[in-house]
Amino acid sequence: MNFASQGGHINPWSAATMIACVVLCSTTGEVLTAAAMKSLGDLDEIRAHSGIKGAIRAVVSCPLFFAGVSFLALAFFSLLFALNHLNLSLVAPASASLTLVTNAVAGKIFLKENVDRRRWTAAVLVCIGVYFLAH
Amino acid sequence: MILGLVAICAPLGDSCLSRGMTRLPTVSLTHPAALIAAVFTPWIATGIALLIGFFASYLTALSWADLTFVLPATAFGNVIVALLSRFWLHEPISIQRWAGIALITLGVSFVAQGPSRTERPGVSAAGVDVSKRVLQSATNEIDNSEEAVEEQLR
Repeated sequence: MNFASQGGHINPWSAATMIACVVLCSTTGEVLTAAAMKSLGDLDEIRAHSGIKGAIRAVVSCPLFFAGVSFLALAFFSLLFALNHLNLSLVAPASASLTLVTNAVAGKIFLKENVDRRRWTAAVLVCIGVYFLAH
Repeated sequence: MILGLVAICAPLGDSCLSRGMTRLPTVSLTHPAALIAAVFTPWIATGIALLIGFFASYLTALSWADLTFVLPATAFGNVIVALLSRFWLHEPISIQRWAGIALITLGVSFVAQGPSRTERPGVSAAGVDVSKRVLQSATNEIDNSEEAVEEQLR
């Protein structure tokens, strides 16, 4: 099976590594951003008390937020690198679907979220749905 | 409403960026100034504005809901794009894609039925319990010291 974007040949392990990098960076970024926002509390309440400037100040003064955004930027550049070597029809659905599942695992482990059977089912259904939609 | 904004702004922003970039001549890495000039074209500027709106709504949603709730719920944006392409751009949608739409809709309805945030009654109850114990021991110490002072005065 050839999934190289420019007619060349790509080792399946290299393709898997590129997609894994995108998924790993994206999941780390999402989890760090979510942790940052949880530590701040409800942004709507902050905005009601200190206005929109106060809400922006609260977000940009959180170090976890910058760590999350850095990983999201890294995920974006990993995606661009992967798209340079692999077909869009492989990279887009694979990274979008796998990220949903890895986020559910990371949310349970690192954010101690209650990922019950309903959320697992939703993550898997959306994951398969995104795969079908992108093909 | 916030989740709706996240679901709509992200795919619309991406579409605007895609439309704007395909209308531009090929951008080479040797001329990065062309990328900066691209930011001021109407489609790219609209796309960036929509993506800023997406990120602000996404952060707001994460401040009151779990990540494992927000991500599947906002995946409904994929369905919106597919339906827009079918009924607005009149693009054909295969049976496989309709199946994808049905699965995402089912997944979103599953997650939407549950709570949006993990409640931690154990942690807060334990916290209240510890506070009560600390308060009780502090009160006892004050009582003891008062008694000691009274004894000394006698």
